[in-house]
Amino acid sequence: MATAIRSETHPDIASYQEVNRDVLKLLSKPGRGYFILLAGALAMLALGVYAWFAQIYLGIGMSGLLNPVGWGAYITTFVFWVGIGHAGTLISAILYLFRAHWRQSIYRVAEAMTVFAVMTAGLFPIIHLGRPWLFYYLLPYPNQRQLWPNFRSPLVWDVFAVSTYLTVSATFFLLGMIPDIAAARDSTTVPWRKKLYTILSFGWRGTDREWKHYTRAYLYLAALATPLVLSVHSVVSWDFAMSIVPGWHTTIFAPYFVAGAIFSGVAMVITIVVPLRKIFGWEKFFTPKHFDAMAKLLLLTGLIVTYAYATEYFIAWYSFEVPERAAFWNRAFGDYWWATWIMITCNAFVPQLLWSKRVRTSIPALFTITIFINIGMWFERFVIIVTSLAREYEPWQWRPYLPSWTEMAILVGSFGWFFMWFLLFLRVLPAVSVAELKEVLPAPLRFAPGRQREAKAKREVLGPQQTGGVEEYER
Amino acid sequence: MSEKREPGYLAIFGEVDAAAIAIEKLREKGLKDIVVFSPVPRHELEHALHAPESPVRMFTLVGALTGTATGFALAIGTSLDWPLITGGKPIISLPAFVVPAFELTILFGALSTVLGLLINARLPHVRKSVVYDPSFSVDKFGVFAAPPPGQEEEVKAVLRESGALEVREQPREVRIG
Repeated sequence: MATAIRSETHPDIASYQEVNRDVLKLLSKPGRGYFILLAGALAMLALGVYAWFAQIYLGIGMSGLLNPVGWGAYITTFVFWVGIGHAGTLISAILYLFRAHWRQSIYRVAEAMTVFAVMTAGLFPIIHLGRPWLFYYLLPYPNQRQLWPNFRSPLVWDVFAVSTYLTVSATFFLLGMIPDIAAARDSTTVPWRKKLYTILSFGWRGTDREWKHYTRAYLYLAALATPLVLSVHSVVSWDFAMSIVPGWHTTIFAPYFVAGAIFSGVAMVITIVVPLRKIFGWEKFFTPKHFDAMAKLLLLTGLIVTYAYATEYFIAWYSFEVPERAAFWNRAFGDYWWATWIMITCNAFVPQLLWSKRVRTSIPALFTITIFINIGMWFERFVIIVTSLAREYEPWQWRPYLPSWTEMAILVGSFGWFFMWFLLFLRVLPAVSVAELKEVLPAPLRFAPGRQREAKAKREVLGPQQTGGVEEYER
Repeated sequence: MSEKREPGYLAIFGEVDAAAIAIEKLREKGLKDIVVFSPVPRHELEHALHAPESPVRMFTLVGALTGTATGFALAIGTSLDWPLITGGKPIISLPAFVVPAFELTILFGALSTVLGLLINARLPHVRKSVVYDPSFSVDKFGVFAAPPPGQEEEVKAVLRESGALEVREQPREVRIG
């Protein structure tokens, strides 16, 4: 039947059965490598939890924060993790609307990364509060004092943006998994898994009624997630841009932050997928072609980020604003010159290697480059936040800031938290979409009008839209 | 509430076009009560069924507009509840309120889309279903038909001739009352 005809984007997968077998296999066989990784993540998390408890017990003085640097490593890490999340929504929702079929095998991993990254990010404003148990003051709720949050403040916008983002991306993630969980339910023999999948699959049977409404709902959710993802990092950038601090008060911040977010997120997808591909044997799903496509995304967003850096410096010079000029001179040649140059080297220079196709298709090279980008993007937020605050307004109040061990330990702990969720996800839920991957494979046809035979004879590769169907047969 | 068993036939197909042909033929015979199972959404099947447009989009629209209204109402209402001028800005600063209104548009729109899906697709499907086969989540397509009395043999023949791998007698439990 359809054995000789291959999908354009996933040529290594021959049949529907193969998808089910190979994807669901991941759920049943944890190797030693998996447990070593999980133990590592838990150890990192334990360090972070210890540091946070120490900070709650002894007070916010455990961090290096002191006037005028009221925002430091915590807010840096918050922006970093929210940014990481953005690539997942880009790949799952925006590329879905663009019908970019290479995304089919990779989007579930990226989407999981989004949900867990936003879960991580959401902790940081709370950790940053001196009294984290009062975090609910951020929410608009009726209270005895009849006080409401100030809706003119970007910090309240942020609460709305990030909590909406977490809710919608988690919904999109779980909804997108329903048919795949049903497939897992049908194949598993482990009792607790059967029970869990039966609940999470909502009793999905794949009937025409279910599919009809499901595909529409999925489309509308993707259409809602697309403007949402652009808004979230814009709102995060306005936490800075709405103030009058030199170096923050600029109109380019929203697009600059969104591009940077997608840049860092795509880098993180690659960083995560490369080792997992080795450990779990996912070579079939994530081919060099997929890495090439993601590397092109990296190159594009990296160039936008580079352009934004150049614009910032140009406008500082061109505007003749003395404080603005001083702020940017200080960034490049002041106390924090090293951080600035780490950021520029990692985010602007290193990605230029991606112009070469050999680099884009070499997985070790890509892995190395994305590590640089991850580091560079953390430093970008550090540079923006700390250099501007440490030299804020009047010279008599200037004070340098460096993260304390507590802040660094919590940063490490956030990676542990993130990877713990990610690793648990890999064992419990299907990490590659079973149903969506089948959409791009040639469907098994009985009465194909010679199209498949013809393709077979010419050794032609058929795309998903060319596999024919009943319309073609009717003609 | 009692249950009645209605006769029905479940045909399992290995190919999507064969299933689509079977649906078309059953429809020609005037059969309306058809349920199709597939591991992947296929346009052929949807066309063969002549299904009307899904009403989920109305849920999305209404939810989103409700969200916009709620966002503005929340921001304006709470500002008026304790009118305190800060930063020399008006009490009702509409440009600033666009952000919470936008976020709630997305939030309510997304949640009501999910609600629309659950209502229209009749999920979650909690009853232990009789009509199903685990191969429908792998690579088989299913066509279930409940023929009116007297047409049983005809329906069975159509399903077989269209290329079904297997035709099962599969009574369906229907709730009465």
